[in-house]
Amino acid sequence: MSDVRNVIIIGSGPAGYTAAVYAARANLHPLVFEGAVTAGGALMNTTDVENFPGFQDGIMGPDLMDNMRAQAVRFGAEIITDDITSGTLDGDVKTVTDGEGNVHRAHSIILAMGSAYRELGLPREKELSGHGVSWCATCDGFFFRDQDIAVVGGGDSAVEEATFLTKFARTVTIIHRRDELRASKIMAARAHSNDKIRFAWNSEVAEIHGEGKLSGVTLRDIVTGETRDLAVTGLFVAIGHDPRNELLTTAEGEQVQLDEAGYVLTGDSGSGRSTRTNLPGVFACGDLVDHTYRQAITAAGSGCSAALDAEHYLAARDDTDSPAAAESEAAAIDAADPVETPAEGSLSTVSVGTRA
Amino acid sequence: MALKQTTDATFADDVLLSDKPVLVDFWATWCGPCRKVAPILEEIAAQYGDKIEIVKLDTDQNQDTAARYGVTSIPTLNVYVKGEVVKTIVGAHPKPKLLRELEEFIA
Repeated sequence: MSDVRNVIIIGSGPAGYTAAVYAARANLHPLVFEGAVTAGGALMNTTDVENFPGFQDGIMGPDLMDNMRAQAVRFGAEIITDDITSGTLDGDVKTVTDGEGNVHRAHSIILAMGSAYRELGLPREKELSGHGVSWCATCDGFFFRDQDIAVVGGGDSAVEEATFLTKFARTVTIIHRRDELRASKIMAARAHSNDKIRFAWNSEVAEIHGEGKLSGVTLRDIVTGETRDLAVTGLFVAIGHDPRNELLTTAEGEQVQLDEAGYVLTGDSGSGRSTRTNLPGVFACGDLVDHTYRQAITAAGSGCSAALDAEHYLAARDDTDSPAAAESEAAAIDAADPVETPAEGSLSTVSVGTRA
Repeated sequence: MALKQTTDATFADDVLLSDKPVLVDFWATWCGPCRKVAPILEEIAAQYGDKIEIVKLDTDQNQDTAARYGVTSIPTLNVYVKGEVVKTIVGAHPKPKLLRELEEFIA
């Protein structure tokens, strides 16, 4: 069993790496589990990131993540390329186990596991994954040179993928449940002006066809209920993400509270937003928490908040731990109402579960 | 340990005619998840090299073989026994999961 660390950060991406930069600069010597195959997070499968402030000409997603990682390492963060597969997050000392079976302990934990691609949930989807059905345009676009393919979804990810895929494909049909794109105006305008991109509005994929490899899909019109077939050899699914919370639902002891959609609920201390969960010493940031914004910059911002919140928590905890503090605490209890202990009490009364 | 690279030209000798099961890692330089899986495969090769051979095939340079096996997502890991594909693993997976998937070949 290892020593008890100040803070363990679970996950990477903009949130986890930023938390690591701040925690490292606060001399907390963070230990980061960046993910065995998810290290760097969602941006690792993108190309140009044009909206991260400070990069006026844009930056490649993987380069941005490599830079953030190197910045964390520069200040002393210890990074392990593995997952955390189980843990106990309640209590003063939290225990987590990595993919190799090693156990690590810490006084605080920052959760930054991010989110995973949502699947369509259709019967043939898994079987044809890797045979025409794909979740990574930058990886797989190359295999669809001069072919007719489709992207499902209407958000920024879907539109970015569709635009990227026109480098290879003959046509790309965007299949979207609404009658207009949800993507940002600049992305949408780019798609609309691209000759290779077609649109299937108000449509959802009802069936996936193909023996051994994808041959087409059946689309259902959401408004009229009519169906029609679309012959495509590639189907890229970009209909959103779900929080990666498996660790939290299987954790032993008292569990971190999630909302109905599975996102971690973070609290409000009464003095503004905070990254605290219902468990003292456990903080959460990035896409694991965020239904709404889901941007690299908001994830980075919340990672910073989580590290600062963890730093404050550890400082308060040290105060109550030290003999001097314990003495004055005992004196205070003698002298006054003994019900509330100062630091621990104020930190555990986190109001959660009330966020809409 | 760097893994052996197989090609369209050498695929039959390297893979199809092998006495041992051979895992072929279909990858490409631009594929982020492929880079994640590569060190894991190197570890597995170092540990279980006596049971299973692990080789890499650059799908950009060797499009015939990728097309012949219908590879349209990378990384794809195909296990070949006596010239036939007996297992396909699509996507990047952590080592514990890969070891479970490969159990029948490395037990």
